[in-house]
Amino acid sequence: MTTPIIQFEQVNKWFDQFHVLRDINLSVTAGERIVICGPSGSGKSTLIRCINRLEEHQQGRITVTGVELRDDTRSTEAVRRQVGMVFQQFNLFPHLTVLENLTLSPIWVGKVKPDEAQERAMQQLQRVRIAEQAHKYPLQLSGGQQQRVAIARALCLTPQIMLFDEPTSALDPEMIQEVLDVMVELAEQGITMLCVTHEMGFARAVADRVIFMDQGQIIEEAPPQVFFEQPIHDRTKDFLAKILGH
Amino acid sequence: MSPSSTPDCAHAAAALVPPRAAPNHARGLRQWIRTELLGSPMNVGVTLLMTALLVWQLPGWVSWSMVHAIVQPDADACQTARGLGACWGVVSEKYRLILFGRYPFAEQWRPLVATLGLLVLLVASCMRQCWHRGLVVAWILGLCGFFGLMGGRLLGFSVGLTPVSTDQWGGFPLTLMLSTLSIACAFPLAVLVALGRRSDWPLVRAVCITYIELVRGVPLISVLFMASFMFPLLMPPGTTPDVLLRVLAGITLFSAAYLAEIIRGGLQAIPRGQLEAAASLGLGYWATQRLVVLPQALAHVVPGIMNNFIAIFKDTSLVTIVSLYELSGAMGLAVNGDPNWRPFKLEAYLFITLIYFVCCFAMSRYSLWVERQVTHR
Repeated sequence: MTTPIIQFEQVNKWFDQFHVLRDINLSVTAGERIVICGPSGSGKSTLIRCINRLEEHQQGRITVTGVELRDDTRSTEAVRRQVGMVFQQFNLFPHLTVLENLTLSPIWVGKVKPDEAQERAMQQLQRVRIAEQAHKYPLQLSGGQQQRVAIARALCLTPQIMLFDEPTSALDPEMIQEVLDVMVELAEQGITMLCVTHEMGFARAVADRVIFMDQGQIIEEAPPQVFFEQPIHDRTKDFLAKILGH
Repeated sequence: MSPSSTPDCAHAAAALVPPRAAPNHARGLRQWIRTELLGSPMNVGVTLLMTALLVWQLPGWVSWSMVHAIVQPDADACQTARGLGACWGVVSEKYRLILFGRYPFAEQWRPLVATLGLLVLLVASCMRQCWHRGLVVAWILGLCGFFGLMGGRLLGFSVGLTPVSTDQWGGFPLTLMLSTLSIACAFPLAVLVALGRRSDWPLVRAVCITYIELVRGVPLISVLFMASFMFPLLMPPGTTPDVLLRVLAGITLFSAAYLAEIIRGGLQAIPRGQLEAAASLGLGYWATQRLVVLPQALAHVVPGIMNNFIAIFKDTSLVTIVSLYELSGAMGLAVNGDPNWRPFKLEAYLFITLIYFVCCFAMSRYSLWVERQVTHR
């Protein structure tokens, strides 16, 4: 078996007295596509935010692309270069054009020449089918377009891992599909993906493994077929009934 | 299909309505008067009140300031016209003293050239077309030129002009130089203090908070007083920097504290998500602040910042307290020292008011332009 690209070993985290991650053990192999679901407050966002150290864990070990995440900027920066992230609220930089949003990190972090960074950024924009908006500002775009720009921005550092934190939850229903389409394409290209989402159709279509979390624990994990057809725990059945029931 | 088969509440549009042009409202003078001046009973009332005020006050003001005004520097004529017409003669008589203070009379071409040079630099710096590296070089040369011309010496070396010590500098050049330099130094300091106040390091935070609270608890006059009179007492004799430098440092440190709080307000308006996005893209602390946080934070507080700049510009008038005669101080010097002209202080005040107003109004209009530049919706 190959070494995992992400590994959680007995990871615990608290927000003050609230035990948000409890004895998390998880290992992800390169190229794997994982969907994480669970009720709100179950710790799923916190889990993926620990992978690029937007949140610090207090106990246990997290290793990402062979680097152990510790309390020093060097390991954090090394890991962040390998991990792209897409947020629920897009978090594009509103004072920069779409193109500048994409080239910012390659130029200042990756030390890529501006011309080259722009060329690569345009390629990424074409990939998410939004190249014609390159010179607009984010707030001039629709939510779906903004989220596609955010995906392109995360890809500009050519990461090995992509994290999605509820990427479609802030979108109008009409725009969810255009974002999911881009994510499906991305999944087909073999990048390692961890996605917190309630889009169960997406989970069925692309996930290698679905993880169900509740109260800070991983309750159940299984390939989508098994997960949806034969859930084991009552909590999982309960959750699936609510989310698939409508 | 029979009409009875559909319920009353169901309805489908027969055809899509193509967009049409908005109704065209006449935008002429007549229309403007009708809507803006006479739009509602309240509007009519205000218009009548304002017209009455104008009819009551304007003729008297025109008569005083223009019709019966004395323009030539003739003190006797002014005395005769007193109460009836303005005595602009005081300006024609004293303008050089007002504009340049105690600077040696024969050498006053030097502050004139220095001031014009500084004004050209300031205006150029406000224009987008001039924002490249050459501007930095221009500023270094410009400031050397300013101090060389004003003092006749530069960094201790003579530049071939009669030396004029800084306590003889005065009037508008002093006002302009003090405000320009203290704004230029206070702004970066304020940004650092504002960031420091939000730092994760308790020591940095404590230093910044102490500085801000100390400065805000003291009036500018006492800061200037200390810079000018107390500071030299604490230093070994002969090591005290020039009074101008001390006063400049005083104004800078004072304004930076206020400015820092304005900027902190802008920093607080930046959502956490922006920091997280920057972090996830691998940007470090300084890159995040410089490229992501500050451009947005400063854009939020442009009006507050410009407010502060305008206040600094006018606060330079307080340096009179330490015997530096900037524009308002030089005006006092010019009029109070001469019994013939002392009665016409009001006109002299109106003259410097005009100068202050032109400068401050320009700054305020510029601020509106900057606001438009930083809005990207």
